[in-house]
Amino acid sequence: MGVPNFERSGVTDAQRTAQPRTDGLGRVLITVYLILALAATLRAIYQIVAKFDEAPVAYSLSLASGVVYIIATVALMRRTGHWRTVAWAALIFEFAGVIIVGTLSLVIPAWFAHDSVWSFFGMNYFWIPLVLPVLGMIWLRRDARGGVEPDVTPAIESENQY
Amino acid sequence: MILWFAIAQMVVGVSGAIVSLWVFARKSGPNDYTLGATLLLGVLLLAQMAVSIVAPFSGNPAVGDPLEFWMYLITAAALPFGVGIWALIDRKRTANLVLAVMQVSVAVMVFRMLVIWG
Repeated sequence: MGVPNFERSGVTDAQRTAQPRTDGLGRVLITVYLILALAATLRAIYQIVAKFDEAPVAYSLSLASGVVYIIATVALMRRTGHWRTVAWAALIFEFAGVIIVGTLSLVIPAWFAHDSVWSFFGMNYFWIPLVLPVLGMIWLRRDARGGVEPDVTPAIESENQY
Repeated sequence: MILWFAIAQMVVGVSGAIVSLWVFARKSGPNDYTLGATLLLGVLLLAQMAVSIVAPFSGNPAVGDPLEFWMYLITAAALPFGVGIWALIDRKRTANLVLAVMQVSVAVMVFRMLVIWG
């Protein structure tokens, strides 16, 4: 650890063009996204297969949100070129979704008061869906600032930190 | 589901997460303890799969929907192995944090499975 390994950071630099280097916070964020994406998508598939008639709107939205979480996970892992735009779009969509659906679930309970990812601002998932896109956007912005110069320095730096 | 076995899985998940957070706080990468706890959780979930196949035949059927139960179980069982391999490939300090997040999620999923089984 501690000592910067130049050979290793050299390899990372070569990989940088294909895959951006992910810092510690980013890894945790991506893991949480991955778990939420799996949970939301599989649950929505189950709800649609088993009881679509009960709340078609809520369950369709659940599936849509699950798919967006998958897209966001992949886009955050890549996050170069077009993927960065995709990541931003997915995060904004999620944040808008949790706010709009969260509000609607209070206003029109008949439509949305079923178990969906965004009902009651993501209560079923410990409000993680409400916090996650915000953290994602903060991290993405920070990552953009750090990654302006395609330099070896950030790689060595992060090697020291983690 | 067998109640005590489900509780054992949740305990392993939560205590594994505490160990992972502790090792993270000590500023070191994933070690035998954090990866061992992850492996143990994975093995327990595989055992849970066997238990869930046998249980209905020995007079302990699921009250809830078996489809929903199995979706949770398969996802939960895949997580320790997937995330564990990731932590092995990239043995940085924050891999412990990733392990902790996964272990808590699995514990929550086991709780959900227990509720579905009834």
